[in-house]
Amino acid sequence: MMSDPESQQTLSPNRKGAEAPAVPSDIVIEVDDVHFHYLKGRDILRGVSMEIRRGEVTAFIGPSGCGKTTLLRCFNRMNDLIPTAGISKGEIRILGTDIHHPRVDVIELRKHVGMVFQKYNPFPKSIYENVAYGLRIQGIRDRGKLDEVVEESLRFAGLWEEVKDRLDASGLGLSGGQQQRLCIARTIAVRPKVILMDEPCSALDPISTATVEELITRLKKEFTIVIVTHNMQQATRISDRTAFFYLGELIEMDRTTTIFNNPSKKQTEDYISGRFG
Amino acid sequence: MSEAADIGEAAVSENPFAARRLGHRRREKGVSLVLRLAAYFILGCAFYIFIDIIAKGAPVVFKAAPPFVNTEFFTKSPETLMTFETADGVFHKMNFPEYSRFKEKNPGLEIVEEHSHAFSGGGIFGPLVGTALLTGICIVVAFFIGLTTAIYLNEYSSKGRFMDAIRLAIMNLAGVPSVVYGLFGLGLFCLVAPVITTDPKADALFTLRILFTDRYLSFQGWGTCMLAGGFTLAVMILPVIITACEESLKAIPSGFREASLALGATKWQTIAKSVIPYAFPGMLTASVLGITRVAGETAPIMFTAALSHKDKLPWEAADSLGGFFAQSVQAMPYHIYTVAARIPQSEYTKPMQYGSVFVFLLLVMGFAGLSVFLRIHYRKKIKW
Repeated sequence: MMSDPESQQTLSPNRKGAEAPAVPSDIVIEVDDVHFHYLKGRDILRGVSMEIRRGEVTAFIGPSGCGKTTLLRCFNRMNDLIPTAGISKGEIRILGTDIHHPRVDVIELRKHVGMVFQKYNPFPKSIYENVAYGLRIQGIRDRGKLDEVVEESLRFAGLWEEVKDRLDASGLGLSGGQQQRLCIARTIAVRPKVILMDEPCSALDPISTATVEELITRLKKEFTIVIVTHNMQQATRISDRTAFFYLGELIEMDRTTTIFNNPSKKQTEDYISGRFG
Repeated sequence: MSEAADIGEAAVSENPFAARRLGHRRREKGVSLVLRLAAYFILGCAFYIFIDIIAKGAPVVFKAAPPFVNTEFFTKSPETLMTFETADGVFHKMNFPEYSRFKEKNPGLEIVEEHSHAFSGGGIFGPLVGTALLTGICIVVAFFIGLTTAIYLNEYSSKGRFMDAIRLAIMNLAGVPSVVYGLFGLGLFCLVAPVITTDPKADALFTLRILFTDRYLSFQGWGTCMLAGGFTLAVMILPVIITACEESLKAIPSGFREASLALGATKWQTIAKSVIPYAFPGMLTASVLGITRVAGETAPIMFTAALSHKDKLPWEAADSLGGFFAQSVQAMPYHIYTVAARIPQSEYTKPMQYGSVFVFLLLVMGFAGLSVFLRIHYRKKIKW
């Protein structure tokens, strides 16, 4: 944040192999009538369809248990970790490819679809190693390359000036907001196309939240962002589009200004005006 | 009576906190006393054991003059102690080899009151070496199998009947008496475990010729040897190690796993880079503590590895690496059992008995201390 904005806000071209197949439209994620269950026979998501556009911040709002985080975790197939969970019907296409196709490798998918978690979770490693983690597991050992990506990612996350003198210090020694930005730096170091954020500010104080929000608006120049939030002011501040979920269904999705000023559904209006939820 | 006293009496009779039933307090005191005595009993036992062993064992091990330690006790293996008097009334006490030389040097000497005290001379080098080797083999085998099993159970397996069966088996293994492990080790490792040999025994369970060689895979057992003993101890301690490793794995926040997977790591990369390194200290300390327990077991090694007496140390008797592991050994617990219960007792056997027990106690306490130290050390280092 403190260094000159030019150097922060650009990222070098994607690394070899990270290139995604070209998609004709600017739609990055297509959700097509998705039904999802944690236990067979009990659908948590019921027929959700939506399109998420390149270079936009899309916010998912809705009361707890409405399925917004579940859908978010479908995008990088994090739900695969739960043995009984799965998609019962429908299809999710990211960059034009059905992500549940047998020939899709979930590891490759996750390199393209990064994720930032609710509770900031840096590894108990140095700041440098936290950011380099994604590259190291891809087998990149070249110190020069790693140095370059680490610096770039930290700069982009607005953390470089704060930590450049102590890259070898533990990531856990940072403040909460810094730790969350470190997690974001770690995610963008892999150069994903999409970044999923699951309530990234809910564990942060207002000042750190403002810093992270400012970062998110900067991120959307390079990445497509989907963010789950319980904070409706946050949704209005940072998102271009907002999707309102209720009881496993997508009630309404539109431009954020439209959703908050002129919603077409009664339920949406009730929720955003604080009448329930 | 004055008015004031009247008021006072009324106040007492209306005391809402007065005891309702007599004996209430006395019963409370009685219960408290019984509980206290039970706790003191434990303290007394521990105190007696330690004081007695230290008082009688420390003088054997330590000396008043430099180097302050009875080096012979640590560098010599047990020998027979001879006591005798010569005709001139001088009392002699020496180990058997010295005694032989003494008699050779003085051929015409008349010896009276000659007594031999088995195992009472020399030191405990042989048993110490044996115990070190047995626990060494045990820790390598048990930690490897225990760690891999725990990783499988905690990270890979899915819930189901089969997993329940495995967990039940682990729990039941923990309850098997040590003598049964001894017999199990004898039956499996000593008598039927496979060896590769050019000359299989006739009583092997069965033999397989290895293709294109003159060697055979013969299920004839390893015989009574340190490898069989170490494996037996390892099987015995496995439930403890598996449980400890699993607990350490469970203590790793799932956030690490999720973050790693979300960055495109494979499951094994995640486990190897973001789970095991942080769980390892916990696994290690718990395992060291477990090893302390098996180091003191007598029954399992009695059948599989230990001899009460052996002249040669393993490396003296072995001509190859395989031969080294095929050696039987002396071991501390079995040695203590021998000197305490299987030899004729006399005043000359006491130092060996108490010295051995004292050293063994120090050893076990040292291990326990090491485990505590490791835990504190790593707790300080890793925080999340």
